[in-house]
Amino acid sequence: MSLKQDEIIKISNLAKLNISDEQMGEYENRLTSILDLAEQMGSIDTTGVEPMSHPLHMTQRLREDVVTEGSQREHFQEHAPSVEKGLFVVPKVIE
Amino acid sequence: MHNKTIAQLSAGLAAGEFSSTELTQHFLQRVKDNQDLNAFITVTEPQALAAAQAADARRGAGNADVLTGIPFAHKDIFCTNGIRTSSGSKMLDNFIAPYDATVVEKMAASGIVSLGKLNMDEFAMGSSNETSFYGGVKNPWDTQRVPGGSSGGSAAAVAARLVPGATGTDTGGSIRQPASFCGISGLKPTYGSVSRYGMIAFASSMDQAGPMARTAEDCGLLLQSMAGFDERDSTSSERDVPNYNGELNNSLKGLKIGLPKEYFGEGLSADVAKVVEAAIEEYKKLGAEIVEVSLPNSHLSVPAYYVVAPAECSSNLSRMDGVRFGHRCEDPKNLEDLYRRSRSEGFGDEVKRRIMIGAYVLSAGYYDAYYIKAQQVRHLISEDFKKVFEKVDVIMGPTAPEAAFKTGEKSGDQTSMYLSDIYTIAVNLAGLPGMSIPAGFADSKMPVGLQLIGNYFAEPKLLNAAHQFQQVTDWHNKAPEGFE
Repeated sequence: MSLKQDEIIKISNLAKLNISDEQMGEYENRLTSILDLAEQMGSIDTTGVEPMSHPLHMTQRLREDVVTEGSQREHFQEHAPSVEKGLFVVPKVIE
Repeated sequence: MHNKTIAQLSAGLAAGEFSSTELTQHFLQRVKDNQDLNAFITVTEPQALAAAQAADARRGAGNADVLTGIPFAHKDIFCTNGIRTSSGSKMLDNFIAPYDATVVEKMAASGIVSLGKLNMDEFAMGSSNETSFYGGVKNPWDTQRVPGGSSGGSAAAVAARLVPGATGTDTGGSIRQPASFCGISGLKPTYGSVSRYGMIAFASSMDQAGPMARTAEDCGLLLQSMAGFDERDSTSSERDVPNYNGELNNSLKGLKIGLPKEYFGEGLSADVAKVVEAAIEEYKKLGAEIVEVSLPNSHLSVPAYYVVAPAECSSNLSRMDGVRFGHRCEDPKNLEDLYRRSRSEGFGDEVKRRIMIGAYVLSAGYYDAYYIKAQQVRHLISEDFKKVFEKVDVIMGPTAPEAAFKTGEKSGDQTSMYLSDIYTIAVNLAGLPGMSIPAGFADSKMPVGLQLIGNYFAEPKLLNAAHQFQQVTDWHNKAPEGFE
């Protein structure tokens, strides 16, 4: 299976990455070769096999809904790119 | 001093032959004298000297633990409070972690002295250390060659005697393959043994931290301080931590070793095969029984991995968005531009490729064909191991199909790079413990590792088998020329 340019653009939109026109050819080739590798899985029949998402077949552990940590907002924001009045600043979203 | 193992250094500290401050100064000097290897991203000399002083005081007060005062270093994937934690990426070049990973916290509590943070492939995605934003690490056995990856800085630093031990992480072979390439010992524990809290995530269902050192005994000492249940890691194992070195001296008489025929077929270099076969002969002499076994789906482990790992990484790395921490582009025009340019500038090529593959295999219309299929194959691979472990105690084979390759040799061809983890990846998919120990040298004079795979939570057995081999061989004592 080979990935076409429009699919690469669609994936880059999902992944929030910019792919320049010059890089496009390389992405087509390299991503296609990874998918070719993945397609070797088609050589076996997995009908009825339960998908395994966790190696130890564990169930998610639950805990009491209690506060375990205090606020560390100032500490966590010390190295943030842009902060004002305790908020993370981003470009204007709503005009 | 630098040729001593952690166990020997610990005995020396206990006997008062040297202080932790002396040891720390000695190893810091070696780090400085060997900067060309590029093994460290950050050296934390003041913190190391302060920790050494505290360790000496603790020993003086009679509360020393076995690791108290031992110099070592962390892979730069573990968050260290107040110290840059880059994960080998431009994205986190400016990231000063605001907390310690559980592994960092636990090891610091043992009194071990960290000298700094070790180089690695970007976000642990690579098998040669060449994807690091900080440049590749040189293999001390031949500086034209790669140290393996992703824990390449850890492996090179231990092999060059810059530190007697280090932490690594292994998602598809990232402890074992560099251990093999650099001629040291490395252990990837059973999934869930060591907390993932504060370890920058790559593929969460496979990521596992473990020790890297020159001997199996040292790996056991380090693992003892790393492992244990952690409520902050949702997949942490609640089992009691065993005494990892408790079985070291057991006899191997009657130990059943399985050799998977798939690990000795096409793709394995003849010189590596020869070394592994000679190692198996040693095990026979130690009284082990050799059984041929089969892992029939092992050829599908690399294909399944390159669906599961990218899928998980595309999700995990979505947090790198330029908003709360890490790299942010200059003058973003709007929020979309901020996300896209920050990510495009901050991530390197291999990371971008894997995020793209992950986004693709998880997207509508492809999810069943790729992601569910890969999880089904993963199940079959783990069943293969289950069947084999009904018959044998330990599985052995090569760690990697060849010894360390030259820098740049595979960087243009990622599929051949991916295949360098062909014997290690299945272990991660199944969540089993695996180890690599030095077993000899290839025609290129580069080290070759023997891989040992154990059943779930059978680390004491693996360490026993590795330690007994190291009692009758001295591959693990060999030092690269110029680093003795």
